[in-house]
Amino acid sequence: MMQAVRRMGAVVAVASLAAAVACAGKKPPVARPSPPPPVTTASGTTAPSRSPAPPEPVAEPTIVPAEPVKEDAIASASLDDLNRNSPLKPLFFEYDSSDVSTEGRAVLDANAAALKKYPSWTITIEGHSDERGTAEYNLALGERRALAARTYLISLGIPADRLRTVSYGKEFPFDAGHDEPAYAKNRRAHFVVTAK
Amino acid sequence: MIAISRSIGILTLAAGLGLVAMAAPEPAPPPPQTPAAPQQPSDITTTISGGPGAPTRLAVPDFIARSADTETAAVAKTIAQVLFDDLTFEREFALIPRDTYGTIAAARSFEDVPFDRWRELGADGVIVGTVQKVAAGIHVEVRLLNVRTHTQAFGKEYDGSAANPRLYAHTVSDDLHMSQRGLRGVARSKVAFASDRDGERMANTIEARSVREIYIADYDGAGQKRVTTGRSLNIQPNWSPDGRSVAYTSYRRGLPNIFVSNIYQGTLDEFPKAPNQKENFQPTWSPDGTRVAFWSTRDGNSELYIANRDGSNVRRLTDNPGIDESPTWSPSGAQLAFVSDRTGSPQLYTVGADGLGLRRLTTGDAYAARPTWSPLPFNEIAYTARVGPGYDIKVIDVGSGQVRTLTFGEGTNESPAWAPNGRHLAFTSTRLGKVQIFVMGRDGKNVKPITTAGNNYYPDWSK
Repeated sequence: MMQAVRRMGAVVAVASLAAAVACAGKKPPVARPSPPPPVTTASGTTAPSRSPAPPEPVAEPTIVPAEPVKEDAIASASLDDLNRNSPLKPLFFEYDSSDVSTEGRAVLDANAAALKKYPSWTITIEGHSDERGTAEYNLALGERRALAARTYLISLGIPADRLRTVSYGKEFPFDAGHDEPAYAKNRRAHFVVTAK
Repeated sequence: MIAISRSIGILTLAAGLGLVAMAAPEPAPPPPQTPAAPQQPSDITTTISGGPGAPTRLAVPDFIARSADTETAAVAKTIAQVLFDDLTFEREFALIPRDTYGTIAAARSFEDVPFDRWRELGADGVIVGTVQKVAAGIHVEVRLLNVRTHTQAFGKEYDGSAANPRLYAHTVSDDLHMSQRGLRGVARSKVAFASDRDGERMANTIEARSVREIYIADYDGAGQKRVTTGRSLNIQPNWSPDGRSVAYTSYRRGLPNIFVSNIYQGTLDEFPKAPNQKENFQPTWSPDGTRVAFWSTRDGNSELYIANRDGSNVRRLTDNPGIDESPTWSPSGAQLAFVSDRTGSPQLYTVGADGLGLRRLTTGDAYAARPTWSPLPFNEIAYTARVGPGYDIKVIDVGSGQVRTLTFGEGTNESPAWAPNGRHLAFTSTRLGKVQIFVMGRDGKNVKPITTAGNNYYPDWSK
């Protein structure tokens, strides 16, 4: 049976709640304003000839003088324009792999040639994955892909301080499809010129 | 049969509750980390139960509006409906559907409850509440009445603002579960997640990449609020144990780093950047809130680290050329589980917080990732496993290694996150099209979406 219920004046669980409301009422959650875009290391004029030590013969940059007009176009393009029609081509990977294939090496050879031709450029190598697998694991996988590309470019004589890496995992697919042709395009290292 | 048992130690009636009158509780208060213990030796509380083996059947009619205005009437209705939903969600009681109450005359006070009619409907208990407008807001009184004996099994009063009636219902639900079952309800808990719903695009990207911002919402999806304005990739939110801060990964400086948003103070802390222009990912608070585990590429490839909550005193936990990522703490903080592909495919491992005692946990999956360790009293780890072309949520018992599967190929299912009482999980699924956050029981039943706008990722349930 119940006894007479006594009232307790003091109170309970929600005390911390109350304090929180008191705080919360004053300010909505805010974050600081978006900061300026990432700082890149000073885009020096680092000579590409520094400590080459390539493990295998390297396709030298084509000495053939490209037509001057085009040359100027690349040299004078804004970063946005440059990246929109980038001479640096993406590198593609197999599922859950960061191995650089034979075709991939050819892509990187060509990218290295371009980087030697424009020695002032610094680039960010973005690692991406397809949508399969967990977002978190894919961030690690993307980083490993970016690093694989970077390591190879360094082996071709590109100075390490011109090559940054960042992983976006599966956050920014190149192709929004959900089939293997789309996945194949999304498993990639993407090269972005960040300073010229 | 209705049994009334005596139990000592629980306070039934408390007056002048701390739902303090505040003009604009925006955002809603955080879930109190642990309900404060009843502060006094106690009165008698009674618990209502159904027959042997039968669930207790409760009815929750609209609360009684003691003030004549329409706002009070609306609040009275809302509280009853939300309370009904909260109690239904926890699945501790059997709730009699509200659309069957039509023929039962509404009570006008606690004194004229038609017990016989509720009994005819099969109720063991009926929750009767009143709402009264007062100078500072509203006064709410709630009683759980035993339909057979007409006695009160639970009673409590609450005072506060009328701005968020749902919070009264959530508080009553949590108090009822604690009083009647010694159970920590989750009605006041919250879920954090990342979303692209606002359709904003990142500046300075060729493809105009869409941003992800961090949001929080009540556990039932109500009251969704944006926390970040980074206009970049903001992902992997993780609640501090006190529910007052959310740590997350942000690309707002270009390279991903860990930020801590103190959401009720409106301040933001940033971890020291990883050395050598490297990346920090996926902060995870230790159970005592003093440390944060994360993974970073600072030493060349992805490894796990533990730092103080301000990012100082970084200690490395793993050392392996393979991928190590997704740390999650055991409830005691003595161990962490994580993902490594050191043997080829991603698998779950556990390791001591001191870096010793590495042990592989999963063996039956081709791909096992994104572990999340359950709170006590369970000792289980939920994770994402590849099953056929898609992914499903599984749970492995840490002690026995037994695995059970909670989702079965409806869309692809990822990112499990335990509710603070271990009885529910949040996760992402594509079963309705876009990526949405769902909740379900620990048995995989009662699946329900709590987001609908845009794509939503990385759920984390407050502790």
